[in-house]
Amino acid sequence: MISPADLVQIPLDDWVNSFVRDFLVPNFRPFFRAMQTPVTAVLGWLDAFFHWLPMLVFTAGLTLIAWRTAGRGVAVFTLIALAFIDMIGLWSETMTTLSMIITSVLFCAIIGIPLGIWSARSDRVLFIVRPILDIMQTIPSFVYLVPIVMLFGVGMVPGIIATIIFALPPIIRLTNLGIRNVRGDLIEAAEAFGSTRWQMLWEVQFPLALRTIMAGLNQTLMLALSMVVIAALIGAGGLGLTVYTGLGRLNVGAATAGGIGIVLLAIILDRITQSLGEKKAVHTPSLWQTLRSMFALGKPGDEEKAGKAA
Amino acid sequence: MKPKLRVENVYKIFGEHPEQALDGLKQNKTKIEIFEETGQTVGVQDVSFDVHEGEIFVVMGLSGSGKSTLVRTLNGLIPPTYGKILIDEDDVANCSAERLRKVRREKITMVFQHFALFPHKTVAENAAYGLKIKGEGAASRRAKALAALEQVGLAAYADSYPDELSGGMQQRVGLARGLATDPQILLMDEPFGALDPLIRREMQEELLHLQKKLKKTIIFITHDLNEALLLGDKIAIMKDGRFVQVGTAQEIVDNPADDYVAAFVGDIDRGRVFDAAHVAERPITVELGERNAAEKALDLMEEHNRNALYVVEEDRIAGLVTYQELAVAAREEGRTDLSEVLVTEVPTVSRDTPLNELYGAASAGYPIAVADKRGRLAGVIEPQAVFSQLSGEENEEAQPTTDETEASSAQKGERQ
Repeated sequence: MISPADLVQIPLDDWVNSFVRDFLVPNFRPFFRAMQTPVTAVLGWLDAFFHWLPMLVFTAGLTLIAWRTAGRGVAVFTLIALAFIDMIGLWSETMTTLSMIITSVLFCAIIGIPLGIWSARSDRVLFIVRPILDIMQTIPSFVYLVPIVMLFGVGMVPGIIATIIFALPPIIRLTNLGIRNVRGDLIEAAEAFGSTRWQMLWEVQFPLALRTIMAGLNQTLMLALSMVVIAALIGAGGLGLTVYTGLGRLNVGAATAGGIGIVLLAIILDRITQSLGEKKAVHTPSLWQTLRSMFALGKPGDEEKAGKAA
Repeated sequence: MKPKLRVENVYKIFGEHPEQALDGLKQNKTKIEIFEETGQTVGVQDVSFDVHEGEIFVVMGLSGSGKSTLVRTLNGLIPPTYGKILIDEDDVANCSAERLRKVRREKITMVFQHFALFPHKTVAENAAYGLKIKGEGAASRRAKALAALEQVGLAAYADSYPDELSGGMQQRVGLARGLATDPQILLMDEPFGALDPLIRREMQEELLHLQKKLKKTIIFITHDLNEALLLGDKIAIMKDGRFVQVGTAQEIVDNPADDYVAAFVGDIDRGRVFDAAHVAERPITVELGERNAAEKALDLMEEHNRNALYVVEEDRIAGLVTYQELAVAAREEGRTDLSEVLVTEVPTVSRDTPLNELYGAASAGYPIAVADKRGRLAGVIEPQAVFSQLSGEENEEAQPTTDETEASSAQKGERQ
């Protein structure tokens, strides 16, 4: 049988190889290395902080946050889950994973929210961004691990960069969606009173889109957690590494322990961030109010009454 | 007087090739024909009008008539395709974004049909929105917002959220937001359209009441002719993106420009549209102290075919005499004094009293005195003039306006 391959053979792999090896790596490696610097700095700081913080203080802190935002049930769960992680001897790994996750999500937000806002404001930007997001979400993450290793090397930071690529799409999509879904007459009203584009964004669009953006942040966080094991393949540490080495040595116990640690961490973070997005379903709180309510004293719901009385 | 807002030949054509639609309009094609041929939608075509300071200009039309598009061209939310919109010296239709923003911040605000309050801001923050955008300090904008809320009677709700208020209250907040920056022009896009009838009525009264104090220049959009007639100093009836008639309430009801307007006017409450001045006639009077006053009065009544006549004493209304009584008195006692048969309890109204408040006075059978501000007799209304005006049949003598025959024929035509 004749097939197209008899006529033309496309050496795609060679092309990609020469593109990456002979063009990207020699010419842009310093550039990609420089891109790592902020990630390295944030990660280093967070990692040092979480490892310095005594286990009990951290547990108390996170339990309080869970109680303030998501209620008593989640707080109790947080307390027990963190104690359990400590008891199975994975505290240090969990802290490493947590600092990796927070770093990834932070950079996803820094890149994703402005990009989402931009694509909400311009159909042309969305037209370009959307297929890129589709590719990012469908391409198997193993495919981009290779060039990442070639460009960034191995270690924690390349792991985080792989995680950012994997976890970025939902926050861009949902920021875009949230801003596009702000009621047209509110936009019109803001415009009729002479708002500039920035005032419109800051006073109307962003606060009203905040719930959707928080949902995007939650999704991004969950995706980042699911990348933990894959990132361990290229040298990232933490719970992912525990699972990965367990796999390599057929140590089912260690793999299970690491897996449970990831799941528990995921549940805690998911519940807390979800409730941040859902809280005060009617009056979307500003970012500042959200942050303040996390640290304010008193039971959840109190600040809503206090806000009304003020 | 120079108009506050001047609109000159404004067109809004939606689509890529407005010039094609313009050609179509020149050939007197309809909106639908133009859309079928060129794919362009004509929103507003060749609209021109002036609004003077302190005037309420109402644009009335059904949905799809282009009235909402028109009002949005006035503050540049929808830039017109052709034409000029002058607010003082600024041409809103052709100016920089910067300039337009300045006009919106300082001169022109808007009240929306569905309130368009910001759900994440309190009532006071909503009212203060325009001030915040202008960059006013927190304390002064709160004070101004509270003052604006006070005007609409909602100061007590300053720290509530919009969704805690009823529809009517929300629209008051919308109005307060529009007033807080102290603009000269207020655009109101069917502001009471989403309210139930009782609340709507209340809001209309309140707007008129506020307007007496504030004297803003208001462009008011509505689909309700009764609302238009009640509020408008001047009313434009809009159809297919074009003004079919512009005039005062009385001109429009009295003299509809075409069948379309006549169809609308058919079932409105004429008693609310017309006022006493409209049906009043020049008074025929006798002076109380005049010599031969009684004879003169009888002669006058015979001459003008009246059965009662007003008697004045200097400028003051002294009362009225009826032909019957005067004649009886004259026959039985010979020459008589007017004051003996004078009816002093006479119905007196002012020039702007609406006709629907004259029913009681008219049913007494006496002519009604129309007094001017200083209490002088400015006119007299024959009772039958009130009812013939209400029924829409023109009383030829009572009509000061011209083109009466045309108007009455239009109305008769519509009745068939």
